[in-house]
Amino acid sequence: MTWCELPGYWVGNEAIQNYGCRMFGGLGITLQLVVISVALGCVLGLAVALVRIYGGPVAGRVALAYTTFFRGTPLLCQLFLVYYGAGQFRPFLDSIGLWGFFRDAFNCAAFTFTINTAAYQAEIFRGAIQSVHRGQWEAARALGMRWSQILRTIVFPQAAIVALRPLGNELVIMVKSSAVASLVTIFDLMGTTRLAFARSFDLSVYLFAAVLYLVVVEAIRRVWDLAERRLTRHLHHA
Amino acid sequence: MKAPIVVVALIVSMIAGHAAPAASKEWTTVRIATEGAYPPFNFVDAQGQPQGFEIDIARALCERMRVTCTFTTDDWDQLIPGLRQDRYDAVMASLEINEERRQRIAFSRPYYRTPAAFMTRKAAPVADLSPAGMKGRKIGAMAGTVYAAYLEDLYKAGTEIRLYASLDEASLDLALERIDTVLGDKIALFEWLKRGKEADCCVFQADAHPSVSHFGEGYGVGLRKDDTDLRQLFNRAIDEIIADGTYQRIRSGYWPFPLR
Repeated sequence: MTWCELPGYWVGNEAIQNYGCRMFGGLGITLQLVVISVALGCVLGLAVALVRIYGGPVAGRVALAYTTFFRGTPLLCQLFLVYYGAGQFRPFLDSIGLWGFFRDAFNCAAFTFTINTAAYQAEIFRGAIQSVHRGQWEAARALGMRWSQILRTIVFPQAAIVALRPLGNELVIMVKSSAVASLVTIFDLMGTTRLAFARSFDLSVYLFAAVLYLVVVEAIRRVWDLAERRLTRHLHHA
Repeated sequence: MKAPIVVVALIVSMIAGHAAPAASKEWTTVRIATEGAYPPFNFVDAQGQPQGFEIDIARALCERMRVTCTFTTDDWDQLIPGLRQDRYDAVMASLEINEERRQRIAFSRPYYRTPAAFMTRKAAPVADLSPAGMKGRKIGAMAGTVYAAYLEDLYKAGTEIRLYASLDEASLDLALERIDTVLGDKIALFEWLKRGKEADCCVFQADAHPSVSHFGEGYGVGLRKDDTDLRQLFNRAIDEIIADGTYQRIRSGYWPFPLR
């Protein structure tokens, strides 16, 4: 018996035992999707936030339109638009060599989740950056610091404290939202669970999936507690 | 609870002139019930009359059995109770034969099955649709269906199985060349192929092996367990209309492929 059959064996449930390995495999796919999209979304989101704040009126409007659209429409709708929409633009995608990318369901999901979470993260970063008082900018300029230097050494460290909690929330939401990937044939945790249920007609596989999601979310919460303690260590007095 | 229903059923059947089914009963009239809400198999036309493939088959069977048939419609949930309470003698409403229903009613031999078919792209036919021949390829099916279970059981090793929320999504992905073939209900796939646009891409390539353990025994006439003579009449009539081509003539008016 392999390790992934053990939980089902312990609770004495045949369906969870039989499909345990596939469900853990699905959990791996879920984690890959979330890690890739949240990491790339973080970079993209930060860029969008900077454009919104410092990019001038035109670029700022474009960035605002981007965040408004992706925060204002359902993730499932966006995923279907990308997955089946890519098919409608196949000749165009072929001509620029991108069809190979969009042909794959995992890529479509990772792409959609990235641009979706980037929109949310952009708003989080914008709020956090703007929470740093203007006076600090002016003081830094007076000391002759460069723009990039001010951002890196003064604004970002303070903004990070403000952004940390909402970013954690966004990560947790992405873990749960990623279940929609199962609707474009990806065998993530939800996809494998649906398969297990369709074969066994045993609802407890959904309960097991819920527990796995819960464990992941709890792990994220604990890591975030540690990160917050580290970022705010200068505020704690011995 | 049960006794009053039996009494009411007895009274109703006596008023209707039908004695409780006896072994040596001579059948002259057969009352057939259908649902009337499952086109094109059975539906109700503008005049309120039951129509459809199953009604046409029923008429042909009645002619063969030399009995007069009357048709009624009833709610799906009421069909089996209604049959048992002698409100009608036979049910032809795409009633799938299974063990659970066999506990309560009898079935004739199946008068149709929905074939499981592989659909492929015209431009890229798959030479060998067997599990060995499909190695390294991608098959789509609708999640949670018998077709998905069939693929899981027979094609899991070496073939990538993609499961969709709906059959149309799988068909669309076949058209987009994301998968190599779709396995599904041939009648439902046929509807998609008729609709055009993306459907121009694709054709039926072959039927799947008619595995009874996966795809069931088919659809039969629902009958009371006591009416063994009526069951024999139906079985013989089904054999006869298949043998003399009547069945095929009716079926080809609806679908260009056999329902076995």
